[in-house]
Amino acid sequence: MDSEPKKDIEVAPALIAVHPYQCSVAVAVGHHLRVFDLLAGSAVSLTDDSAAVPFHTDNIRAIRFGAKGKLFVSAGDDKTVKVWSTESWSCITSVSSEKRVSAVAISDDGTYVCFADKFGLVWVVDLDPPLRDKKPSPLLSHYCSIITSLEFSPDGRFILSADRDFKIRVTCFPEKPLNGAHQIQSFCLGHTEFVSCLAFVQALECPQGLLLSGSGDSTVRLWNVDSGALLDTCEVAIKAGLVESDGKAEEHDHAVTDLCTVLDGLLVAVAIQSLQGIILLSCNVSAKTLSVAKVVLMAGEAFVPTCLGSSPSTGKLWMVTGVSNLPGCNYPALARVRVISGIDVEQEPVVVGDDNIPGGEKLLETLQGNASVDDNTFLAAAEAVKTAMDHLLIKKQYPSANRESRKKCRNDRKLKG
Amino acid sequence: MSETEVNPTISKSTGLPRKRFYRARAHSNPLSDSHFPVSISPSHVDYSLHYPQLFLSSGQADSSKRIQFADVGCGFGGLLISLSTLFPETLMIGMELRDKVTEYVKERISSLRVANPGQYQNVSVVRTNSMKYIPNYFGKGQLSKMFFLFPDPHFKEKNHRRRVISPFLLDEYAYVLEVGGIIYTITDVEELGDWMKSCLENHPMFEALTEKELEADPVVKLLCSATEEGQKVARNGGQTFQAVFRRIVPSNQTS
Ligand SMILES: C[S@@+](CC[C@H](N)C(=O)[O-])C[C@H]1O[C@@H](n2cnc3c(N)ncnc32)[C@H](O)[C@@H]1O
Repeated sequence: MDSEPKKDIEVAPALIAVHPYQCSVAVAVGHHLRVFDLLAGSAVSLTDDSAAVPFHTDNIRAIRFGAKGKLFVSAGDDKTVKVWSTESWSCITSVSSEKRVSAVAISDDGTYVCFADKFGLVWVVDLDPPLRDKKPSPLLSHYCSIITSLEFSPDGRFILSADRDFKIRVTCFPEKPLNGAHQIQSFCLGHTEFVSCLAFVQALECPQGLLLSGSGDSTVRLWNVDSGALLDTCEVAIKAGLVESDGKAEEHDHAVTDLCTVLDGLLVAVAIQSLQGIILLSCNVSAKTLSVAKVVLMAGEAFVPTCLGSSPSTGKLWMVTGVSNLPGCNYPALARVRVISGIDVEQEPVVVGDDNIPGGEKLLETLQGNASVDDNTFLAAAEAVKTAMDHLLIKKQYPSANRESRKKCRNDRKLKG
Repeated sequence: MSETEVNPTISKSTGLPRKRFYRARAHSNPLSDSHFPVSISPSHVDYSLHYPQLFLSSGQADSSKRIQFADVGCGFGGLLISLSTLFPETLMIGMELRDKVTEYVKERISSLRVANPGQYQNVSVVRTNSMKYIPNYFGKGQLSKMFFLFPDPHFKEKNHRRRVISPFLLDEYAYVLEVGGIIYTITDVEELGDWMKSCLENHPMFEALTEKELEADPVVKLLCSATEEGQKVARNGGQTFQAVFRRIVPSNQTS
């Protein structure tokens, strides 16, 4: 895609996912998938006797638990989607994709797994009956744009897909998804850079939920998915004091990288590039507004989270920072896990010390690996993740002379000969 | 630009832009990334730029009128010019990927506006990749007609995803078309004609117009005669293959 020599190894951010009832926590770095059982207080050993290839062989790009917590999905650059039973932690289905996978979602009832490939196609797999190897069917497509996030609406009516072209598509999830999802409900348009993440907030007065999206434009936006109407925009980087309100040139430095609703959606945690901590937003569902409630900084440790996770109603936010294949680092799968607890509207959130973390030292050993590395390595890791993300998602405006030379170097032309 | 200025790209005798100054590469790759501004959303489309006489002050639309016809891959704009006078009350726009071709159409429209005061105010053109940005220009159910006239054939199987009519893109067209809205396609490439027709036939939100309906629709007659490409095909005595379908409510939604 680029004329500059492609780096041999691509770095991928560390990912975290928390079981909806906080039974377990999973971390993915590179091709490693690590799971800790919080109930048993021990590491989980995964089993995968898939006919083709067991486990993942390249960077994992997406992990998540199903809403009921029975299923777990992992997928990524090795073009495979693996569905795991969280009871046995064995791989129950392995799906091959034609392209690298960038996002996954599981329908509420656990019947369907959807995944997006790097060419903007979303595929669906029927898990009933649960066969070892399943063929995916095409569901919908964003025309040749990288899909960054997939999400079902809480009522299950819609599947949402966000892309690099600033776009969020809301599609009716049909009764027979294997025939494709043709009915578009709305487009949520307003971001001025790639959309990186989606999350829903729910409330009694609004059971269908309101959509939140984070973007490379350093904002978090609130949407009505039925109409696609933009309800509110929160300039999180400015509000958190990371940039001056006229700091346009630096816009890309503070892309929103992840969103995670905590406390049943009353508060939303936001991870931003270069921020050593998180921002807590509060969403007023009846007034349809977003505002910054608090900025929680990680005192005493350089920690820029690459991914957030939480189980509803616990008031705990799990964070991971790390990267696979950091150049010049001895550890190919670097990860550091931290927890913020006591997240509540009235309370003061606390960054939990390692000795008080749920699961204790064993959890940290399992999810982080045994590597002991200093802060600077983690900062370098966050920086590498940022560069990789910018590289992948930001639209480059090449000067026209440069564009001509790029054309000459294009791979698709070269391959023709 | 002042009108008295000599512009070599405008023909002195006809006052119309000369095509040779707007020659461009025959095909553009719709997959490559954009180097042109893209409207953030349909409400960001500045109607006062496109239809200055109908929308006087910028932004503040004193008219709530929206674009209703889209000519996708409009080329040199022949169809739009014909439609403009046939439907003087309807706002219409051409979408074209090639920069120079778009510039040509812009010039063509402004010359026509100067030469025919009060006319051609309802027609405009935008440079964009329709395959990526249709939803950035039109809202749900906004359009009543969409045109795909003599689109690039992209013969190779692996390039079929570059075709402007495809099962997935039809989802987006169904979204921007109102129920009852009509999609017009025509080509001189039989294989592409079959492809477009079968994509439309297999889509749950489109149904073919009947012979009778086709005959009654004055626009159908323009398909093979109004555009530059159509005229070229006609001159060479080529065959054409058309598919004209109506946007319907999918059967699982009717109650
Ligand atoms: C063969 S020409 C036909 C032009 C015109 N409709 C006619 O009948 O004379 C096809 C046109 O579609 C344009 N085109 C191709 N892909 C496009 C895209 N993705 N978005 C907008 N225009 C596109 C091409 O630049 C070209 O001008």
